[in-house]
Amino acid sequence: MRKLRALLLRLKGLFSKNDDFADELESHLQMHIDDNIRAGMSPQDARRDALMKLGGLDQTKEAYRDRATIPFLESLVQDLRFTLRQLRKNPAFTITATTMIALGIGASVAIFAFVDAALIKPLPYQNPSRLLFVTESNRDIPHAAISYFDYLDWKKQNRVFDSMDVYGPRGFAVNTSAGAEMVPGARTSDGFFRTLGVTPVLGRDFYQGEDLPEAPQTVILSYASWQKRFGGKSDVIGQSVTLYEVPYTIIGVLPQNFHFAPLENAEFWTTLHPALHLAGTCDARRSCHYLNGLARLKEGVSAEAALADLKRIAKDLEAQYPDSNRDQGATVAPLSEIIVGDVKPILLLLLGGVGLLLLIACINVASLLLVRSETRRRELSVRRALGATRTRLIRQFVIEGLVIVAVGTIAGLVSSYWAMQILNGLIPKDMMVGMPYFDDLGLNPRVLMFALVLAGFATALFSLSPALRLSTLDVREGMAEGARGSAGKAWTRIGSKLVILELTTAMVLLVGAGLLAKSFHRLLQVDTNFETRNLVTMRLRAPLSTYGEDPQAVALQRNLVAEIRTLPGVSSVALADTLPVNFNGNTDWIRFVGRAYGGEHNEVNQRGVSSDYFTTLQANLLRGRMFTDAEDQSKPQVVVINQTLAKKYFPGEDPVGQRFGDTQLTPKSIKEIVGIVDDIREGPLESEIWPAYYYSLNQQPDITYWVVARTSQAEQSVMPALADAIHRIDSRITVSYMTTMTARINESPTVYLRRSSTWLVGGFAAVALLLGVVGLYGVIAYSVSQRTREIGVRIALGAQRGTVYRLILKEAGVLALAGIVIGTGCAIVAASLMRKLLFGTPPWDITTLVCVAVVLGVSALLASFLPARRAASVDPISALRAE
Amino acid sequence: MTAKTEIWQGTLALMILKTLDALGPLHGYGIARRIEQTSGDLLSLNYGTLYPSLLKLEQEGWIVSEWGVSENNRKAKFYKLTRSGRKQLEREAKEWNQTTAIVARFFAPQEEHS
Repeated sequence: MRKLRALLLRLKGLFSKNDDFADELESHLQMHIDDNIRAGMSPQDARRDALMKLGGLDQTKEAYRDRATIPFLESLVQDLRFTLRQLRKNPAFTITATTMIALGIGASVAIFAFVDAALIKPLPYQNPSRLLFVTESNRDIPHAAISYFDYLDWKKQNRVFDSMDVYGPRGFAVNTSAGAEMVPGARTSDGFFRTLGVTPVLGRDFYQGEDLPEAPQTVILSYASWQKRFGGKSDVIGQSVTLYEVPYTIIGVLPQNFHFAPLENAEFWTTLHPALHLAGTCDARRSCHYLNGLARLKEGVSAEAALADLKRIAKDLEAQYPDSNRDQGATVAPLSEIIVGDVKPILLLLLGGVGLLLLIACINVASLLLVRSETRRRELSVRRALGATRTRLIRQFVIEGLVIVAVGTIAGLVSSYWAMQILNGLIPKDMMVGMPYFDDLGLNPRVLMFALVLAGFATALFSLSPALRLSTLDVREGMAEGARGSAGKAWTRIGSKLVILELTTAMVLLVGAGLLAKSFHRLLQVDTNFETRNLVTMRLRAPLSTYGEDPQAVALQRNLVAEIRTLPGVSSVALADTLPVNFNGNTDWIRFVGRAYGGEHNEVNQRGVSSDYFTTLQANLLRGRMFTDAEDQSKPQVVVINQTLAKKYFPGEDPVGQRFGDTQLTPKSIKEIVGIVDDIREGPLESEIWPAYYYSLNQQPDITYWVVARTSQAEQSVMPALADAIHRIDSRITVSYMTTMTARINESPTVYLRRSSTWLVGGFAAVALLLGVVGLYGVIAYSVSQRTREIGVRIALGAQRGTVYRLILKEAGVLALAGIVIGTGCAIVAASLMRKLLFGTPPWDITTLVCVAVVLGVSALLASFLPARRAASVDPISALRAE
Repeated sequence: MTAKTEIWQGTLALMILKTLDALGPLHGYGIARRIEQTSGDLLSLNYGTLYPSLLKLEQEGWIVSEWGVSENNRKAKFYKLTRSGRKQLEREAKEWNQTTAIVARFFAPQEEHS
């Protein structure tokens, strides 16, 4: 306690000037002198005697100061002040070095935060490593879902699981004040949460048997849903909520940190309640696979043993039910792999990438520090000669490294926060719901710890490299600025190779980013053959109970179009079962009437649309006519085909008036072609156009479809009115995915993939370029400092300034050229490897390569210009006098 | 010149405390003179070494200091024993007595023989 008090007082002493003691000593001396004079001494003798008895004024002051402060710390503070002064005197160096560190650490920490959230932080379940994802498998699909009856048998017959449960996604139409809404939900078996080891924060879990058909309908809410829909009130337990027109009793609320990625952001968790009484429903058939299994391994049982046991059961079931269970095997996988398996390789790759950048950044800063230590040889030699110990000098470097790293790390942490936001923003929303573990991304203690480790590593590197250099420092040599040791040359050689490597990396990344950007641009220029601007799209689902019959469904379709069309700001509107720029698929096999047929599969896209579809999309009609609204089930079936279908199946013929049907030419399936429309792009932007035919929704009505509205003003301003108009017709119709066509295209996987990879590679490329350029500067500047004497001699012997410039720029130019040449080769190879990502751009795209080479060349020139100027301005007299 | 004993490490603090206990508030110079006198001029004391010790005692809270005026009307810093300092003195004095008593026993028989 006393010791601590003393220590604190001494710490305080570090920062306060002690003039008090000088006064005290003065009064001491005066009293002593007084006494001595009284004893008969002369004033001079009196003072000398007093000083002698004291033991020296300075020695006393020093001894006092040693006790008043902590000597080790005090010299540390001195070194720190000295370092700060030095750094302030050299802003260019300080800013460059700290920016490098900030970039390196910021990028690493940001990526690590993602790695931590996905791979390190344990999943919010009890003992998550014992959880398995369990499914059936067949010859074509490795992870095929489980059927209800197979689940029951697996659950009963297995000897390897503590418990086994199943789950599946399920959307619910929920009535809200703003009309019906589609809400993601889930159906699970009764023990699902017990298997996970999750207990509701409010209410209770499902009890055993609550998932049977005869049990009452109950629901557990997700925490977010509880907050959003029920205001987080605790009296929600026991209340009733209507999902798809069926009342459910709310029995529990899940914890806030609970997430289950395979079911994305499910809000309503209900039980299976298989519809076993309805023959033919999926639940009632052993061959209908729609559930996913979740199991907790028994203590001491391995995943392999579990798989073997499940395979045994599958074999038995196959023998017992040869119809439905033929070739049905089993698979297991750790649950964590299902949840984070997809992002793991990407994250690790990114982590490796930023790690590399950080390493390069550190090497660069170390090389800058070396350049500095070279220019400070004299200062160090003098200090050494004046008696500074080697440890004291090394400590100076350690402190310098510490300060640079500390500032860089703090700046890095701040920038990593922004980097995380940007990276998070690169993930589209509908992908994000599949990665709920990224929700609480941030600078948690683990991430900060990681930053600390990186900072420690960087500090070690920075203090070590000049310190090692220092150990070769000969005092006499250093003061004379005489001959250089071989260590300097060795560093120049290693440094040059590193710089070539850095420039090569920068070149590869820049070319990659350039090619991706170009592909991205090309992709957005792809002609969709319809006007994508000013289109609002949304998905509707009408309740089956009211619109299950065709006439009602047709009436609703007509009603919707009529109601929406009158809205201000809407110029036309149409319905479609599938939106364009979406996917090729949803196909039909067709057979032409009056043609020989050999059983081949004429696979074509089929799309159901309302009569105004083509006018709303502003697609070009090439021949014939469009649908009329009057064409309904009372009229013969008509279709409009796209140009590709016409070209492929009617070369040199007029398709209008021709007829086709299904492979059997069933009378009901026969349709007549009435028009040809230009190829509306149905698939993703990069895919080829498939043959397609469009039928009228009036002739084959539906209760789920997309609404496409052409607006005459900003799309966003019309959206609320659109939803209102729909709910005016029937408030139970759910409206979801309301967005614009341009947004849909921008968020589509093909576009997203290229946009995000362009940004990611571009970001890496920018950092790599910066690092390469600084690295080049470091090496050239070091070389100039090594050659000062030589340059001085050259100038003294009559070399022109221009010659000196050329000398240095040539040295830099050779390095830059080597980097560019090797980089071009590597870039073409790398681009060929990522050919799949490129679109309309060859991997050897000349414009990109030339542009990047020019950018790199100019940056290299700028970086070497500074040291070259310093070399050219060497004063021959002072350079030679230093001998 | 008579050989004077160097002061032992650690005993200086004890002497300071005892001096302050005996004489009350006193300045550094006064303490130094008093210690010298008490030792009968047998101790060689650099007055300067007193000050780090005084500072240490003050940091540990055994004494406190205050500026005042000396008997000769000089401004001087006076040191005063605190209550915990007095207790500390008692403890240290006891320890000291024990130590010297023990050491004395080692030497007692030799005296008989001489």
